[in-house]
Amino acid sequence: MIGFAALVDALVYTRSRNEKLRLIARYLQATPDPDRGWALAALTEGLSFSAVKGGTIRTLMAERVDPVLWALSRDFVGDTAETASLLWPQPETDAMPPPSVSEAVDLLSRMTRMTVMSELPRLLDRLDADGRYALIKLATGAMRVGVSARLAKTAFALAFAVDVEQVEEYWHALEPPYRELFAWAAEGAEPPDTSERPLFRPFMLAHALEDEVLDLADYVAEWKWDGVRVQAVHARGESRLYSRTGDDVTGAFPEVADALEIPAVLDGELLVRGNHQGGESGGAASFNALQQRLGRKTVPKAMLAEYPAFVRLYDVLILDGEDLRELPWEVRRARLEALMPRLPSDRFDLSPVIEADNFEHLAELRAGARDAAIEGLMLKRRDSPYVAGRKTGLWYKWKRDPLLVDCVLMYAQRGSGKRSSFYSDYTFGCWNGDPDEGAELLPVGKAYFGFTDEELRQLDRYVRNHTVNRFGPVRETDRSLVFEVAFDSVHASKRHKSGLAMRFPRISRIRWDKPAHEADRIETLRALIRD
Amino acid sequence: MAAPFSWIRPEPHGIHVVPADCWIDPSQPVANALVTHGHADHARGGHGRTMATAETLAIMELRYQTREGALPVAYGETIALPGGVKATFVPAGHVLGSAQIVLEHAGERVVVTGDYKRRPDPTCPPFECVPCDVLVTEATFGLPVFCHPPVEREIGKLLKARADHPDRCVLVGAYALGKAQRLIAELRRAGHDDPIWLHGAMERMCGLYEEFGVTLGDLRPVGDATKDELRGAIVICPPSALNDRWSRRLPDPIAAMASGWMCVRQRARQRMVELPLVISDHADWGELTATIEEVNPAESWITHGREEALLRWCQLHQRRARALALVGYGDEDD
Ligand SMILES: [Zn+2]
Ligand SMILES: [Zn+2]
Repeated sequence: MIGFAALVDALVYTRSRNEKLRLIARYLQATPDPDRGWALAALTEGLSFSAVKGGTIRTLMAERVDPVLWALSRDFVGDTAETASLLWPQPETDAMPPPSVSEAVDLLSRMTRMTVMSELPRLLDRLDADGRYALIKLATGAMRVGVSARLAKTAFALAFAVDVEQVEEYWHALEPPYRELFAWAAEGAEPPDTSERPLFRPFMLAHALEDEVLDLADYVAEWKWDGVRVQAVHARGESRLYSRTGDDVTGAFPEVADALEIPAVLDGELLVRGNHQGGESGGAASFNALQQRLGRKTVPKAMLAEYPAFVRLYDVLILDGEDLRELPWEVRRARLEALMPRLPSDRFDLSPVIEADNFEHLAELRAGARDAAIEGLMLKRRDSPYVAGRKTGLWYKWKRDPLLVDCVLMYAQRGSGKRSSFYSDYTFGCWNGDPDEGAELLPVGKAYFGFTDEELRQLDRYVRNHTVNRFGPVRETDRSLVFEVAFDSVHASKRHKSGLAMRFPRISRIRWDKPAHEADRIETLRALIRD
Repeated sequence: MAAPFSWIRPEPHGIHVVPADCWIDPSQPVANALVTHGHADHARGGHGRTMATAETLAIMELRYQTREGALPVAYGETIALPGGVKATFVPAGHVLGSAQIVLEHAGERVVVTGDYKRRPDPTCPPFECVPCDVLVTEATFGLPVFCHPPVEREIGKLLKARADHPDRCVLVGAYALGKAQRLIAELRRAGHDDPIWLHGAMERMCGLYEEFGVTLGDLRPVGDATKDELRGAIVICPPSALNDRWSRRLPDPIAAMASGWMCVRQRARQRMVELPLVISDHADWGELTATIEEVNPAESWITHGREEALLRWCQLHQRRARALALVGYGDEDD
């Protein structure tokens, strides 16, 4: 637990992604099984203990600390786990030595609601303040040290020099503390068996098409749908729906998962049925409708009826127990088309292949696609196998041209990592009327990329010289600089004062030349809303 | 007979010793000031006469460029003030020259601690416990969450970070008066004999410490160093320079900060600190409460910090206490 607590603290204070990777990798190399597996599970928030609830810690502290002193301390520290770790009274008699992570996990999992109030204190007595902090975070399943599951897997791959996509695939076949995963990666044992279970398989991803012109004899085009990329899996009577990151989203879309009843792994875009015309085969509502259901653990009946979901299929990875991933796209596509009649048509349809005479014709089709459910085009090599991750030359995404609007810089914040001494995160706004008649700027978005190091330096200097107010790490500027902001689409949003939210805003140009009052108005943006 | 302690009156701008017409650590210019120590929120300029230790007066001279009205008082020395008031300066263990002020009048004794700590500090004499009727205590770290670890552990963390990253430098933010010199002295005590590099704002104060006999070893201005010389080095700067453009000249610095606030993670993260060093020149909660028990005054007056929690503690332990609403004291000196 001591090594784990030190890791947790180092991660709390480290902002650089590379440094985080290094810290986790070193811990995994230096720590024996099963501790490292439990630690990995805790970092990726894979642990929960039914006896330990949010209120457990507060109740324990109420028995030990004066309520006024607790409240004053909690207010100052801002975090219950940390306050408790600092206020926990030193035991009067010598406690047992600190537990290992696996001993702590073992003891925590055996606690019941009856015993937790006497057992958890005994565990806390064995640790110092940093150890108690790590233990409480681990026990309440809320690590929050800025480590995503993907980052932890990348660190694992780095630690043992294995392929991260393979880690991804085996990971989902295993339970903490992932002994087989470590045996395979660290000791060269056989990889775990992943067939016969409804597991996530890593997605094949695309590179952005830059200036290349592709030969349509080698590449086939499809629409890129603006939904949520998902994988639908069925094995041995069980169905699952996974997101791009491998998260299980079955609970949010049960009707889709249930509709898959043949053993298969399918790749497609999750969409909600609506009025927008999405290509030839059926309509899809925009991304906003889908948002209503994402992130839910369960879905009320009314919502199932109002926002019916379906999957528009792109590919098939495994069918009837046969792994098709090594086969060329054309062969997989034929298998997918042949499969369609076996799937319920209200839950699965096929993403059509786009007929185009040549690349120029394709560019025209792309330029004409302003449907809210279309994000752009996909170009896939006809002979491409289905490989995890992004592999050069196989798949390309060719997004439709972004929309552009001129905004005024309002606030700047320091960046993270190497950019922490630069003001590199920007909030910008548009006018809510005629600026010459006293209109105000309302924030419409935030962006932190899209410029060179030299431009970053210029912007940093600009922010420092045009500051009118400071709020902690944020500076308010005198609203004199215009950014040309590119974005993919804009949606109505009640959460923002401007009433709208941009998708993927990025700064495409700094308009040093343009006076702020000539920037765009909110109404210009509002006219671009498509839902 | 006058009411007990009516001769000493807490006012918003300082503690007024009425019969002597003297003020302790006044935040506005007055005719007669008694100053506990040199931190800017206690030692303001512009007084007619300033009574303080020679060290504190030297620090004030460095800051305000004048010695006018300076009256040095040695530790242990008792001076007679008008109106039958006696004042004695006693070490507070906070920074160079820091003193508690013991006031006696009409058979009553009041001790004003100023800022203090109970841990050993190689740069100043240790706190002395003086029995009294009223203890006017600071409460900068007056919350039970503050439990400052042994300084050796924190120095160990600093030296380990340095050893782990030979290509980078460790940049430590530390208050220019007191914290910086204690940090250097503790590094020397831990056997670190390499040059320590200083931000320009640190140089003169370190020189003053040396004049008073505190040896700090090989100190060099960071402005003279090449980037390569600074790899694997320890650089000390004021906290405000930690994330400033100034630090870009350094080789990929690890941002460290030496402060009692660093034991709270959120505080460290707000300041973008990668290596928090919990080193404080103030008493932590355990020291504050132990000092009240040891001095055992009839009454405690709590000032300068988080009065509420310490007031609550006194109440829970059946001790008479009140909070003073003094203005102008900040926590910037830790
Ligand atoms: Zn002070
Ligand atoms: Zn102070």
